[in-house]
Amino acid sequence: MFGSLTKLQRYYLYYTGSFLLFIGALAVLEQHGMPPRWIGYAFLFFTISMYAVIGIMSRTSDVSEYYVAGRSVPAFFNGMATGADWMSAASFIGMAGTLYLSGHQGLAYVIGWTGGFVLVALLLAPYLRRFGEYTIPDFLGARYGGNAIRLVAVAAAILASFVYVVAQIYGVGVITSRFVSLQFEIGVFVGLAGILVCSFLGGMRAVTWTQVAQYVILIIAYITPVAILSFNVTGNPVPQAVYGKVLQEVGRLEDRLFDTPAEIEVRKLYRERADLYAQKIMQLPHSLSHEREQLTQRINEMKNSDAQMKEIVALEKLRREMPHDPEQAKVRWENAMFSAVDRSKPPIHHAEAFPSEDPEQQLIQRINFLALIFCLTVGTAALPHILTRYYTTPSVSQARDSVFWSLLFILLLYITAPAYAVFAKYEVLSHLIEIPIAKLPGWVAAWAKVGLVSIEDINADGILQIAELSMNPDVIVLATPEIAGMPYVVSGLVAAGGLAAALSTADGLLLTITTALSHDVYYRIVRPDASTQLRLVISKSLLLVVAVLAATVAAQKPGTILSMVAWAFSIAGSAFFPALVLGIFWNRATRAGALSGMLVGSLLSIYYILRVEFDSIPWLGISGFNMAPWFHVQSTSAGLFGVLAGFLTIVVVSLFTKPDPQASSFLQGIRCSSDQEGRA
Amino acid sequence: MRSSSDAYWRQTKRLTLTLLLLWVALTFVMNWFARELNDFTFLDFPLGFYMDAQGLLLIYLAIIWYYNRRMRQLDAKYGIEDK
Repeated sequence: MFGSLTKLQRYYLYYTGSFLLFIGALAVLEQHGMPPRWIGYAFLFFTISMYAVIGIMSRTSDVSEYYVAGRSVPAFFNGMATGADWMSAASFIGMAGTLYLSGHQGLAYVIGWTGGFVLVALLLAPYLRRFGEYTIPDFLGARYGGNAIRLVAVAAAILASFVYVVAQIYGVGVITSRFVSLQFEIGVFVGLAGILVCSFLGGMRAVTWTQVAQYVILIIAYITPVAILSFNVTGNPVPQAVYGKVLQEVGRLEDRLFDTPAEIEVRKLYRERADLYAQKIMQLPHSLSHEREQLTQRINEMKNSDAQMKEIVALEKLRREMPHDPEQAKVRWENAMFSAVDRSKPPIHHAEAFPSEDPEQQLIQRINFLALIFCLTVGTAALPHILTRYYTTPSVSQARDSVFWSLLFILLLYITAPAYAVFAKYEVLSHLIEIPIAKLPGWVAAWAKVGLVSIEDINADGILQIAELSMNPDVIVLATPEIAGMPYVVSGLVAAGGLAAALSTADGLLLTITTALSHDVYYRIVRPDASTQLRLVISKSLLLVVAVLAATVAAQKPGTILSMVAWAFSIAGSAFFPALVLGIFWNRATRAGALSGMLVGSLLSIYYILRVEFDSIPWLGISGFNMAPWFHVQSTSAGLFGVLAGFLTIVVVSLFTKPDPQASSFLQGIRCSSDQEGRA
Repeated sequence: MRSSSDAYWRQTKRLTLTLLLLWVALTFVMNWFARELNDFTFLDFPLGFYMDAQGLLLIYLAIIWYYNRRMRQLDAKYGIEDK
């Protein structure tokens, strides 16, 4: 059995074994009193130095090695690397939380992010591999000819990837600051170092082999806590198999808890609060000055009576923190109003699809569910950092097999995420709700301190109601070890897994950006006669520049970064998917068609996002352009329109332009070449 | 030579289209009725929930597996060089 493994498989088996030994050793040390902080440092140091060792061992100065790992990655390992490349900080930390909050509706992410691989397998991967160059713009350039299309492709690839890479580095900052209490900005630069050790010296070759290592860590880290939790609750350590029963239990708890008198009262109080804020916003600026006067009056009254100094100081602090001007007041009060409105709504049943009483609302939910699935699948099949991974296998059939392995490895995490959500909901409904607030378990207070959990006893009965608890989605994965009462070493493991997820995705993205710039722009367009050595020097220096740039942006803590990632899918999907698919399957698609389709698709997506999501762009001096969404589709699914418009434009424009005489011989080559000269 | 590679491509296209339609039917048509599917129970789960959380993912994997298998057969039949 052991003898039948390849050398590589044996190496990674040793590696996995030593990682498990390392966890075991830390667990023993924790029993003997090693402080949690040190455990966090140990994980951080151990994993990053592992990646560094692999990165340095895979250093290379060969162009093909640097861009496509020498096309020598076996299907199995390419699948693992793609898995790590694909699963980002958002998948690892955020998805279970999203599923917790939105129930069935959140499953759109699970389906979208796995279903996309069917499109990759059937429509793209084998053809890209048979084409056998370095990048996606390479493919479009060769199929349609000309530099214009290459430049549009480069721009779209960079736009989508850069936003995404910033989000990953941001994720690293969040994880390191929470688990090893580094300052956020320092955490960001630790992340930067972690990324550079993997990619700088060895390019795609190093990134591939570290991604495999990172996959191992992230999957162990993801499954361990929920398996233990599942064992505690059901006596079976395979959460995916048994959470149906727990889901039924959750349903029963929901039926019992949702409409208790206290719950209804709390929701009414939140509705009243929302109305109050609405009124105050209507009466701006008068309401702001009125409130400030009232506060001043109270402070003066208290100063005159002999009230406690502490109370007066508290009130003065309140007055200091009041909004400075009506503009700020409007923003703040609107936020407060929306959060109160959210809490005043009846909670949704976890397993209910398209939850609503009203048929029209159900239809809207249904449309958005399917639209989101559409955008995520198409976006998955169009993100350049995933597609380039299929250039790295030794053959076309290995490229096909590696899509299978990719999906299998990704599926392990995505099939676990809904179980995480259900177990967490079970714990919350059975052990937090209707419990006196003073007696809540310790982890609630610990996460409330960092602002991820908030509790407000609005009806002052001293008991927690569902509407009084609000949780940040990230907390589900981060706190599960504590919820299940596991030792800190498991929390450290989760942090290491999140770190691996963020770093591996960041590596792939960063490489995509620099390859687009150094290979597609510099080598293909600016200086086709550049020597290999110069090309690598340019690549490496660009890698450094882009990485530092991304870390600098991440260190500013841009607030909208997470929603921007969702938009990246729509933009990448509408820019690449139609042009790639029609380019492969339709001889008649022409350069003018593809170019206009890519532009129309991506610009329509951007236009839709801007008009639905925003009302003004201050630095352009435009305002008041907000519009109602088309067919109730949310801006995260803008790609629905972008992709369809892209397809339509390519077809129409192609039919009006002259067919490209070279297309058919190119297509013969990528569809069924048996006579193609060996491209390496 | 020419005609054999045409036949290869025709069969590839047919296979691709069939599997793609299956994928569309499961992903979009079936999910349109997720609410109705939830009236059935499967392995303790409401069926609609089960399909979206596990069933579809396994079917996706099976689609890719089947496609690869068929393509290997086609490659062998038409002597398509695999490099």
